[in-house]
Amino acid sequence: MATPTTDDTKAPGALRRYARMLWADKLACAAALFLLMMLLFAVFGPTLLDGAASKQNLRARNAAPFTLERGFLYLLGGDALGRPLLARIIVAAQNTLVIAAGAVAASMAVGATLGLIAGYAGRTTGEVIMRLADVIMSFPSLLLAVIVLYMLEPSIGNLVLVLAITRIPIYLRTTRAEVLEVRERMFVQAAQVMGASTLRIIFRHILPVILPTLLTIATLDFAFVMLAESALSFLGIGIQPPEITWGLMVSQGRQYLTSAWWLAFWPGLAIILTTMSLNLLSSWMRIALNPTQRWRLELGGKRND
Amino acid sequence: MTEHLLEVRDLSVRFHTARGMVNAVNGISWHLDRGETLAILGESGSGKSVSASAIMNLIDCPPGEITSGQILFEGRDLLTLDAETRRDINGRRIAMIFQDPLSHLNPVYPVGWQIAEAGMAHGLPRAKARARTLQLLTRVGIPDPEAAMAKYPHQFSGGQRQRLMIAMALVLKPDILIADEPTTALDVTVQAEVLSLLEELQEETGMGLLLITHDLGVVAEAADRAVVMEGGRVVETGTPRDLYHGASHPYTRKLLAAAPGKGEMRQPDEAPAPILQVRGLEKSYGPFRALRGVDFDLRAGETLAVVGESGSGKSTVARLLLRLEEATGGSALWKGEDLLQKSPRQMAPLRRQLQMVFQDPTQSLAPHMSVFQIISEAWAIHPGILPKARWRARVAELLEQVGLRPEHAERHPHQFSGGQRQRIAIARALALEPELIICDEAVSALDVSIQAQVIDLLGKLRDELGLAFIFIAHDLPVVRDFADRVLVMQKGEIVEQGSVAQIFDAPQALYTQRLLAAGLDADPDVQADRRAARLALAK
Repeated sequence: MATPTTDDTKAPGALRRYARMLWADKLACAAALFLLMMLLFAVFGPTLLDGAASKQNLRARNAAPFTLERGFLYLLGGDALGRPLLARIIVAAQNTLVIAAGAVAASMAVGATLGLIAGYAGRTTGEVIMRLADVIMSFPSLLLAVIVLYMLEPSIGNLVLVLAITRIPIYLRTTRAEVLEVRERMFVQAAQVMGASTLRIIFRHILPVILPTLLTIATLDFAFVMLAESALSFLGIGIQPPEITWGLMVSQGRQYLTSAWWLAFWPGLAIILTTMSLNLLSSWMRIALNPTQRWRLELGGKRND
Repeated sequence: MTEHLLEVRDLSVRFHTARGMVNAVNGISWHLDRGETLAILGESGSGKSVSASAIMNLIDCPPGEITSGQILFEGRDLLTLDAETRRDINGRRIAMIFQDPLSHLNPVYPVGWQIAEAGMAHGLPRAKARARTLQLLTRVGIPDPEAAMAKYPHQFSGGQRQRLMIAMALVLKPDILIADEPTTALDVTVQAEVLSLLEELQEETGMGLLLITHDLGVVAEAADRAVVMEGGRVVETGTPRDLYHGASHPYTRKLLAAAPGKGEMRQPDEAPAPILQVRGLEKSYGPFRALRGVDFDLRAGETLAVVGESGSGKSTVARLLLRLEEATGGSALWKGEDLLQKSPRQMAPLRRQLQMVFQDPTQSLAPHMSVFQIISEAWAIHPGILPKARWRARVAELLEQVGLRPEHAERHPHQFSGGQRQRIAIARALALEPELIICDEAVSALDVSIQAQVIDLLGKLRDELGLAFIFIAHDLPVVRDFADRVLVMQKGEIVEQGSVAQIFDAPQALYTQRLLAAGLDADPDVQADRRAARLALAK
């Protein structure tokens, strides 16, 4: 991205400034901490706890949570094969986040790029791209995933690919609609008058305006992708045991829902909290990145009266 | 003490904002009698609209807060009444019309229904409301009122929409009509018509008219008394004539001095050869011909004003020259090269020489970029003008040149006032060291005193840098002070062109004469003459 002039404004003070703005929004701050924790789990979890997470202990089958008699790892209880839930959640963080983040990032990158082209290029190109998106949208995404994964090896890479393809139209359509609106704005015309190239107009003038919208959609999509992945895993074409993801843990715990609710509850909670944190953080980011809104955060908790 | 129809006593309103508490109005008092027109005159931010909002219960609390005062309507204090009673008074007894009629008419309902609805909301039976609507549409001068009832707002022109709003306000025969900048968005000739319509209606119904405006000309034309506001306070009250001839407060005097159209007219010298020759310029949108063969020359260092009402095609000329749109015919020779035939790649180096300042600086400056980024982008696009190491110094220099401070470079556009933003836009245009700047209504959105400052700035730059200007405007007095030559356009054609003196002192075309007569002057006596001239022309 052509940003030759931004380095002057992102002086050393900028980092501290964003930290202060994050502190001003306590919810977003908590969300950021939670996500940081999940990130640490994802990076270090498998190396530290892989043994503990896959070791079966039949005496601890469906062990109830909130007791420390079997040790700290059984705090959240044990699963159907007596493996400690806490350890499994921590280990599963890696697969879950890699798949979700990979799929969301890939679909956003591809969708936004195609959307920018469809919105800014001529009519024919735009029409072709839009019809392609319609084809993807009119095809049931789960069916597409089943077909593709039936033909390809079910692996993390293929899973990301399938999930990304099915989510592309969301970004494509949003981006195109926004581009069509923003390109008519006066400041884009002012840039044209100055002789700015098409790439410059797209990346310097249009993209920054629509990026907050895309990021907000991306965080919402994060949850959708996690659940879609669990659905595929449930059908047996997603992640294969002994690999684990939160989604897989939820579907494995489903049959014990009446007798041992904690099997599905804890991984479900992890999904919910992660999505919610992303959401909180994205709405904070939408304000923090917008120079006309930023004062709301810089004002802090101070009231006027 | 006699009772006034409406009296505002010691009203104070404050707002909670990011920058702390703002006192929008501070202990203001005024009154309005039956059959009287009171103008509240002030610039943006003076608090002129706040008292009207308080009367109509339109102030959101929070962030707004009425801290003191009374609003007496027929002796009752509106501020102490309950919401139900106030709703009943609003619309039925006190009605309001706004600046932008399009955004206050619902686009998905026919206008006849909307106007009748205003009556039915206050208990008028359907048939009666319909009859009254028809009668009002006829009265406010909508052509073919029967058919107009079924039309939608977008099918009317700006002036007609304002007439519709007036009709809607009058459905219930209110005692008071509040008009908030009712003619600001309208062309001069339409403005004069709407104002005289309001005047006639007032004579017929005897209502009190509260006219909120920033335009001294509107005050001179329509008001019986005027209240001048500045910074949330009433600084002076009096009849327009007293204010014009004997203003005692420095602010009123400053406002009067800033009113354009009184300075020396410029005498163009014929010497330099034309740098831009436009011949037979045409633009069609489908069957609609927006420009029908426009010819003109522009000489180096000359200021050419293009005046005309909305729809005359004056902005289209600018957009075609800068290739924001493609012309359908004609040529535009810039130093011998035809601008209209250039490919985008060939056009890029030429863009340096031709720059534009847009009407609304709020929209023409990218909100996510800092002032430094906005101005220095010119050099990023055209490498070779200035090495990157010198950008910072040059931005500071340009900011000083347009009357801002170097430290403003780090701020974002929303942190500036409208006038300052337009200065930033001018600095951006100057960054490319152009030879011609096209100003498309560049000062129309600004307050009178700010407008005068920006015009001064443009004049200074013209003298220092030898710039040529194409100055597109609907406001004739501004043009009179600033331009060398004037083109008058109507419906895509040039009806008259000549030096400023020729156009203003001896207009030939009937249309030019009408435009000049419709313009409003701040002097009530001059305005009375104009009105007579306008009536004579109308016959």
